[in-house]
Amino acid sequence: MSVAGMGQARGEGPLRLAVPRGALLGETLDALDAIGIDTSEVRGESRSLIFETEGLTLVTMRPSDVPTYVEAGAADVGITGKDVLLEQHDRVVYELLDLRFGRCRMVLAGRKGDQRLGESQRRLGMMRIATKYPRTAERHFEQTGRQVEVIDVKGSVELAPLIGLADGIVDLVATGRTLEENDLEVREEILECTARFVANRVAHKLRAREVDGLTGKLREGLAR
Amino acid sequence: MHPIPPGTRDVLPDEMRELRRLHLAMIEVFESRGYGEVSTPAIEYDAVLARGDGRTADSAYRFFDERGDLLALRSDMTIPIARLVASRYAGAEQPLRLCYLANAFRAVRPQRGQMREFAQAGVELIGAPAPDGTAEIVEVLEATLDAAGLDRAVIGLGDADLYRQLLNELGIEGEARDSILDRLAAHDLVGLEVELSALDGIGDEQVATCIALSQLRGGKEVLDEARSLGGAAVERATARLGETFEALEARGVADRVQIDLGLLRDLGYYSGAILEVYDPALGHVLGGGGRYDELLERFGVNLPAAGFALYLERVHVAQMEEESVGGGAR
Repeated sequence: MSVAGMGQARGEGPLRLAVPRGALLGETLDALDAIGIDTSEVRGESRSLIFETEGLTLVTMRPSDVPTYVEAGAADVGITGKDVLLEQHDRVVYELLDLRFGRCRMVLAGRKGDQRLGESQRRLGMMRIATKYPRTAERHFEQTGRQVEVIDVKGSVELAPLIGLADGIVDLVATGRTLEENDLEVREEILECTARFVANRVAHKLRAREVDGLTGKLREGLAR
Repeated sequence: MHPIPPGTRDVLPDEMRELRRLHLAMIEVFESRGYGEVSTPAIEYDAVLARGDGRTADSAYRFFDERGDLLALRSDMTIPIARLVASRYAGAEQPLRLCYLANAFRAVRPQRGQMREFAQAGVELIGAPAPDGTAEIVEVLEATLDAAGLDRAVIGLGDADLYRQLLNELGIEGEARDSILDRLAAHDLVGLEVELSALDGIGDEQVATCIALSQLRGGKEVLDEARSLGGAAVERATARLGETFEALEARGVADRVQIDLGLLRDLGYYSGAILEVYDPALGHVLGGGGRYDELLERFGVNLPAAGFALYLERVHVAQMEEESVGGGAR
């Protein structure tokens, strides 16, 4: 496959779909298979990032990069989690479809049997919350009228309350096993997240037929 | 290093030369069609801007002068020109044709082609009602895009009153209405469906209509598709759009216009036809405009008006991208 001519300039050739690597990859590829797109190459051992399929170019990337690529129009459409969209809500992308897979919950969690969250809130006036989703966390506590110090961490966020960096964490939970293994428990449900199909604003206007066609097929795929 | 504020930038000679060439090409189009260039102060009284549009005149940059009056950096040129027309051209012969190239200021996330201080090139046509006034604006816009070498650019044509009237018709008011208009403007279809469904008295069919309407874009045929969804608000909007489109056809400038029932502009002063400009080489909107028949009245003169503005820097980015497309894929 030629990488030449893959600059920002678009408007011709197949639509580019940003595909999230990581936890959402498997179900994303299943959803694409279900609408007749051959994803076997992506599933293979290849280290490539770009895969040409019949009528669609698949570009694989971190889920949190999907809004960036789609907003700029480097990808025309993309799939990523609602958690990512909420955290980057100032990125202008059109959210066209709830794909209903990759279901997980954004929660506030604390150590089992530990009163630190409540104690800090009552006696110090604010809780310390470690999270990879600082903006979503800040918004949640602001909307519920509580003051917090949000600590932005990149790695295993479960560590923070265990060794005293934070009173609790805000994180995504799918099965709850990671929380369980680290002696943490859910204290509040913040919201439920699923995978979403998003589009670049200009591609949605100028490649309306292709974008609508893909949206329609994905929607039908959901109904099945 | 000596820093400059985020979202501002210096322009050096190579770029400046290209921007100047672009600027001159655009102004020449405007002038050749009888639009005279004006300049207004970058700072205005906050109260004057707020008169034009309470929400967006919420300028990102406000400060006090030596008398304690609240000043603001303008966020676009339409409101300052409405003020200018009301104070300098009272009783003048209509229509008035004015154009500008000016810097405006918004607190956006800085990225290429989107800075907090940015240049806009545009025109305002005061005293020419719909649909012919709108058609003239589109004609000038197309000539401007051609002069910039963007012959693949497309103009989206929508209706600013469609959803306001549709939501009235559905009896949706207050906070729910504002929230739904925000969802529509952002094209958050998932959130739109959830919020509409949660409202009392809104059935599945109405939810589906609203979503389907927002996705209708294309040629004249979408007007029929919209009409088939029914309702008085849709009927009125499609009638207005149909008239505008016919006026465009009469001038021979309808080919590059895409009718778009999902179009919403975030500025509060628009009414009737609204425009947005896209180029396939760029993921961002190049500019926009539309009718603002009620804006001048807020400044004491009751005149229909329409205009458009292009972001100069984005047009420049699109020019460069089009050149690379031209050299490669085509």
